[in-house]
Amino acid sequence: MMIEINNISENALCCTLPPPAELSKQQRWWAFADSLQALPEIAEVVVGMNNVTAFTHYGTDLITLSGSLKEIWERTQAGHHQGRHVDIPVVYGGEFGEDLAEVAAFHGITTAEVIARHTAPTYTVFMMGFQPGFPYLGGLPENLHTPRRAVPRASVPAGSVGIGGAQTGMYPFASPGGWQIIGRTFAPLFQAAAMPPTLLNAGDTVRFVVERIEK
Amino acid sequence: MLEILECATLASVQDLGRYGLRRLGIGHAGAMDTLALKAGNLLLQNEENAAAIEVALGSISMRFERDTPFCLTGAVYQADLDGESVHSYWRYTARAGQTLRLIRAVHGMYGYVCVHGGLDVAEVLGARSTDLKAAFGGHQGRNLKAGDRIALGGSACEMQRIGIAPIPFTNRIHALPSSEYTAFTRNAHYRFWQNPWTLQSDSNRMGYRFGGSVLNKVKEIEMLSHAVQFGTVQVPPSGQPIVLMADTQTTGGYPKIATVVAADLGHLAQIRFGSKVFFQIATPQEAAKLKRHNEAYLHQIGVIAKKK
Repeated sequence: MMIEINNISENALCCTLPPPAELSKQQRWWAFADSLQALPEIAEVVVGMNNVTAFTHYGTDLITLSGSLKEIWERTQAGHHQGRHVDIPVVYGGEFGEDLAEVAAFHGITTAEVIARHTAPTYTVFMMGFQPGFPYLGGLPENLHTPRRAVPRASVPAGSVGIGGAQTGMYPFASPGGWQIIGRTFAPLFQAAAMPPTLLNAGDTVRFVVERIEK
Repeated sequence: MLEILECATLASVQDLGRYGLRRLGIGHAGAMDTLALKAGNLLLQNEENAAAIEVALGSISMRFERDTPFCLTGAVYQADLDGESVHSYWRYTARAGQTLRLIRAVHGMYGYVCVHGGLDVAEVLGARSTDLKAAFGGHQGRNLKAGDRIALGGSACEMQRIGIAPIPFTNRIHALPSSEYTAFTRNAHYRFWQNPWTLQSDSNRMGYRFGGSVLNKVKEIEMLSHAVQFGTVQVPPSGQPIVLMADTQTTGGYPKIATVVAADLGHLAQIRFGSKVFFQIATPQEAAKLKRHNEAYLHQIGVIAKKK
């Protein structure tokens, strides 16, 4: 499995594999990202979905670096990355999860069954992005995949837990959003004064646990 | 202390931005026109990265509570210090109690009020920049308003009045083709480099939206989320390009036709709503040359400022 490397700017190379994004590939990406972070010419590494972008210090020869990245990739093994496990308490339904009934109706099940399905799996943080502390989670059961709302909300509150298509996750900050909101968490997803400032990082695992169910 | 007396526009504390935390979704923030911020800081014998007030287009006034060397850079403002005209790219010393008024930008979009010693706000996650979306950094993580009091980093002193050559703005913005360039039609390439693009009024520190001709792709491509940066030119399905600016989110999913070269980001930031830009294709060598050109300019400012 060879990576393709593209210049995306004068100081960044994006490494990709053919789709789809899968956990086994992603595990190799995390390990790869960790190795790159140690290179002197690399300023920052960002893990994407089935890709990794390396931001270099200005003046780095990207052609030479591109060769090194391919060699490092070949040596990189999946599975060495040890993430933390984090439980996320969620208040489901009521004013905190306005779309819970709609999601249940879409699947022809009870709201209790939606909650049972949502809390069953152990999700994996594939990557962090979009907002500080926002995780892209893998592992939403197929029988919970739900289309996004036809009209996105101008603002969903911080902590909102939602489902958008094949994805689930939570918003650390109030944001415009088209996801179906089924609950809210009060877990500190981002704290500027803490180190690390985000509760989650790529490679961590997450379970949603019921804190309360509102009518 | 510096006290904000009146603020009728978006103004925030910014330095050169936050680096090293993008893998956690924490963005870059920082000045829109970093060249202007660096120039102002060097003129005041500050570190290039010292924090300043970035003012977008409109009016703000502030009172200095002690003798403070300052300068305005970036957008050319109609401004005065207790009624005496203040010119951009000149170094002045405000006396304790004097009021600096920025009335309006007459040329350009983002102005910088730089002060000797920089603004002494707490560093949060490695920078003094305000992250407006996540509401941290800078002064209480938000835009400035009347009544805000911000500490000054330097000590009371006086500096000789000198001026430097301002950065001539240009609307010819150099860019490098990016990774999905070949996903666009030849016609789209031609249009992107040859046609003028008008800056839309819904543009902000996060992204500059341009209107003009439509950029079509050879075929629709579905992209997985990947890193984006200040300068990335992404093209959503509408076919109208968006250049991601200082407050860009860390990851995105739209195809990238190009990336504005680092040296021209400041020029782009100064384009006003309704004005036109032309994107000009560059090679990595040209991008590096433009960057060296900027660095030489800044070096000269540093030398002049130290002599006086």
